[in-house]
Amino acid sequence: MKATAKTKALCALFAGVMLSATSVTYMQTVKAEEGLPSGISKVMVKPATDDGPLDEIFSGWHFRSKETKNLQKDDFENPGYLWVEQGEELWSAVDGAKDKSCKSCHDDPAKSMKGVGANMPKWDAKLKRPLTLEQRINTCRTKGMEAKEWKWESSQMLSMTAFIRNLSRGMPMNVQADGPMKPWVEKGKNIYYTRVGQLNMSCSNCHEDNYGKYIRADHLSQGQSNGFPTYRLKWQKLGSLHRRFKGCMKNIRSTPYKVGSDEFVALEIYLAQRGKGLQIETPAVRN
Amino acid sequence: MKKAIYTIAACALMGATAASNAISINAASANPVTPDKVKIVDGEIKSPLTNKPGNAADGRNWFANRKLGNCLACHANQDMSKKPFHGEIGPAVDAVATRYSPAQLRAILVNAKSVFGDQTIMPGFYTTDAGQRIAKKFKGKTILNGQQVEDIIAYLMTLKK
Ligand code: HEC
Ligand code: HEC
Repeated sequence: MKATAKTKALCALFAGVMLSATSVTYMQTVKAEEGLPSGISKVMVKPATDDGPLDEIFSGWHFRSKETKNLQKDDFENPGYLWVEQGEELWSAVDGAKDKSCKSCHDDPAKSMKGVGANMPKWDAKLKRPLTLEQRINTCRTKGMEAKEWKWESSQMLSMTAFIRNLSRGMPMNVQADGPMKPWVEKGKNIYYTRVGQLNMSCSNCHEDNYGKYIRADHLSQGQSNGFPTYRLKWQKLGSLHRRFKGCMKNIRSTPYKVGSDEFVALEIYLAQRGKGLQIETPAVRN
Repeated sequence: MKKAIYTIAACALMGATAASNAISINAASANPVTPDKVKIVDGEIKSPLTNKPGNAADGRNWFANRKLGNCLACHANQDMSKKPFHGEIGPAVDAVATRYSPAQLRAILVNAKSVFGDQTIMPGFYTTDAGQRIAKKFKGKTILNGQQVEDIIAYLMTLKK
């Protein structure tokens, strides 16, 4: 066959065919489901509204190998629980000039913190900005305890965020997206669709247009945030969502934003909105 | 065993080293057209980017090399069936020589967006028309140099079946 000027049209057609082929693969994936993560009843949900870009919302769990899934099916096998347990200990550890712990103000975490991790990031009326769970914790530490901030990727911060998010395990992600949060959702969306780096790609190129396909050895997911902080086999430890953002941005040869930056906070809010309804899996296991 | 697989997975995407310059061409003999001077007309670039003919054996290496073309990340290729992990983002390149001329392949490689449209995920390998926030060490640089593009074209032209 000789290529003609119609190449372009043909390619467009071809891309269309490939897309529909993806959704078929998808339904098969769902049927061949290898059980469920511990504490989770659904790993695929329908979006609450029709105006989103996805017809079906999948947890990253779907795309992982059987071995990786097995680690998340059993809490005793899940290495992420080391951090959850550390977080539980830190809950009542006194720190700072006021001799207080989290417990001094919030008492029983099973009651006071249930659901909190599912609604993050959350608008803070006093600070007039949204706070991620990390930022909320540090606000409590500096204002409430007069203790030092924990660094974003420190073992204390990872432990506390893992512990608190784990108390919402199985609950649907439900970030506030209206009112004062609206401009943040928009800002995050903008970043999600902006092409960056020498490879000139956006988050959507991989996680919206091509999820379910292999990119070399990696099975692309929708890049959802419901499992974070996540135990990554590659990291050999737990890691934050913003660390993952940095990794994806570096892979496409761009300069990542900083952890805790307004850009990454906005991106986190937008992802939470995109994944609304997915159950919190923290600590998820990924490769 | 398990660990090895994950390690491979970890470097599946193009790593962050500036290897595209490690294998720099001999400017005197190859004399490449700079990216800003390359003209794409009707999905074709008729004249080669360098005056040294492409080397198919080298091109085969650049096609698989994760820090260079990394074409295999997105394109399955039966000629490399012994290598693991063929991607499925783009069409398989089997028999690609029967579908495109060298001039068309040159345009696709130099700037895929000029052929497939702005929506394509395929990077432009010899263009300065890239994304925002390019990492410092890649600023102003192309993913491949002109000779590597010619080498890959020579390789793709061997894929007749
Ligand atoms: C070149 C392809 C590519 C691009 C572009 C990309 N990612 Fe990823 N991303 C991956 C791969 C590969 C993984 C690991 C497998 C998976 O979960 O998809 C991943 C994983 C993730 C995860 C973890 C998902 C989980 O279940 O643990 C998140 C979150 C994520 N990406 C967000 C983003 C965001 C936000 C952007 C844009 C700033 C982005 N990605 C851009 C390839 C990409
Ligand atoms: C990140 C993904 C990606 C990478 C990396 C990539 N491509 Fe592509 N390529 C595509 C996609 C997707 C298409 C189909 C056009 C479209 O739908 O945008 C394509 C189309 C093509 C075509 C036309 C194929 C046909 O049968 O119509 C050729 C030839 C090609 N690519 C060669 C290469 C070579 C050579 C490299 C490496 C130097 C490469 N590609 C790297 C994604 C990629």
